[in-house]
Amino acid sequence: MGGLLASVILTLLGLLLVTFLIGRVVPIDPVLAAVGDRASAEVYQRMRMELGLDLPLWQQFVYYVGDVLRGDLGTSVLTSRPVLEDIARVFPATLELATSAVVIGVAVGVPAGVMAAVHRGRWPDHLVRVLGLVGYSVPVFWLGLIGLLVFYAKLGWTPGPGRVDVFYEGLVDPVTGILMIDAVIAGDWDVFWNALSHLVLPASILAYFSVAYISRMTRSFMLDQLRQEYITTARVKGMSEARVIWRHALGNIAVPLITVVALSYATLLEGSVLTETVFAWPGLGLYITNSLLSADMNAVLGGTLVVGTVFIALNLFSDLLYRVLDPRAR
Amino acid sequence: MTAHDWLLTDTPRSRAQARLGRLYSGWLGFARNRLAMVGLGIIVLLVLVAAFAPLLATHSPFAQELANRLQPPSAAHWLGTDQFGRDIYSRVIHGSRLTLYIVLLVALTAPAAGLLIGTVSGYLGGWVDAVLMRITDIFLAFPKLILALAFVAALGPGIGNAIIAIAITSWPPYARIARAETITIRNSDFISAVRLQGASSARIILGHVVPLCTSSLVVRVTLDMAGIILTAAGLGFLGLGAQPPLPEWGAMISTGRQYLLEQWWVAAVPGFAIFIVSLGFNLLGDGLRDVLDPKNS
Repeated sequence: MGGLLASVILTLLGLLLVTFLIGRVVPIDPVLAAVGDRASAEVYQRMRMELGLDLPLWQQFVYYVGDVLRGDLGTSVLTSRPVLEDIARVFPATLELATSAVVIGVAVGVPAGVMAAVHRGRWPDHLVRVLGLVGYSVPVFWLGLIGLLVFYAKLGWTPGPGRVDVFYEGLVDPVTGILMIDAVIAGDWDVFWNALSHLVLPASILAYFSVAYISRMTRSFMLDQLRQEYITTARVKGMSEARVIWRHALGNIAVPLITVVALSYATLLEGSVLTETVFAWPGLGLYITNSLLSADMNAVLGGTLVVGTVFIALNLFSDLLYRVLDPRAR
Repeated sequence: MTAHDWLLTDTPRSRAQARLGRLYSGWLGFARNRLAMVGLGIIVLLVLVAAFAPLLATHSPFAQELANRLQPPSAAHWLGTDQFGRDIYSRVIHGSRLTLYIVLLVALTAPAAGLLIGTVSGYLGGWVDAVLMRITDIFLAFPKLILALAFVAALGPGIGNAIIAIAITSWPPYARIARAETITIRNSDFISAVRLQGASSARIILGHVVPLCTSSLVVRVTLDMAGIILTAAGLGFLGLGAQPPLPEWGAMISTGRQYLLEQWWVAAVPGFAIFIVSLGFNLLGDGLRDVLDPKNS
């Protein structure tokens, strides 16, 4: 347990070191950015000292870690607000998108994987395999664009990009920042349905990739289980096939599946960078890309740090859950 | 005696014959896998298209014909034209060179770095191993695309920097695989024999350990190539990879985005090209894994 904690802290320090070093190699001079190019050499020197850039690199890193621990990620050039405040504002949108995607991913991926394993070598297996192959090969941003073209422009089944129609924007007070929950709290069902209709397409496109991953893993876990002797025993006892599969076999792979789901949640956060750009979804991914395009390094590195931390936290979470749930790992 | 019999004979007369025979029987197994052959076909086609791009293209990939902007597919422009009246078919054909260039560079540098780090770490052990593996773990803990984005942000957009960023984010799994293989090889008798003959650690690692680790890396690299293509296209799409007017597929989708609702082919065609090529690499990788690494299939 102590080893796990130490390794997490070391990894987080490594994450900080990487973002710190990236911030150092940027070809933008932070002093010049602060004082302007018409400042005298004295002013320049004073600013340089104020920013702590005359200190040795390791000392700058110590200060950087201190700043981050105090929640100071610098100020965004683009929005001229503290980066942490910006991220707190946009993060719920990403959370909403990624969570919906992982829910769809589990709801479709697990049954698909089970069916593929049970009907191994027959059409359900091939179908899942083909869908998975396509999922691993198709660029997510392109699939998003095609989705918009087909379901929004041609068929008119879904609304266009964005989180909610312009008409409904700002109607409910942000409490959690997750629009659908806020709408329920405010009792405004129009906003709720509108937000839901905006969520369906981007969440499904994003979910496709976790369906591909989850169904592939479920299939291989299930195949391992169905070979075991206890399955034969259960069948010999006269237990119904549905109970053998859904209760005994699936029950035994629940623990590794949870790990898979946690990992796919982490990759969804990453996939949301591209999906959010396509669907003009005002989340962390869009925030990072917009900041990148305007060379707003504080915002980019702050966003990277947050996504990295969430990534590490999810890995830790799945690790811990595994230890708690699997009696053999205790 | 036919070539087939000569290759598969039970009593090879020379080392070369035995080696070729092994390759041939591997190939026979691979050729039985129809999907893998489709994948191989796609990749061979990609290489041929890239090699003969100037002959296959009907127009220059850069020539603008402003009078013919955003034309739908026709006899003159097989896949239509983009917002500057450039021929999309010719741009996709030339774009295959950029795709191949990115994939090859990443697929050569990242595994090489991973192989070196992994074998050194596994062979030397001790604190070298601890430090190197800790660094590897830190990089593994990062979301790849986000890290690549941050690197490109620091280095500046461009195809070269995109390649560096993708390579920096893709070596850790190779280091892990190479280390695991090295640890199983490290204590075998033939390594001890070489060591007793006075070979240096560097010589043992480069001459004896590295060659044995390559085959499991080859499979992994092939499986990762689709991912490399998708990441590179994603960077291009965000405007951080290849810059206009280069006909990189991801960047082409990005410019086609604003014409999506009316002139869908501008964005749809290059995306389809990305899909086909990464599908090819995925099929090929699955097939290679079945032949070279049957325990993991």
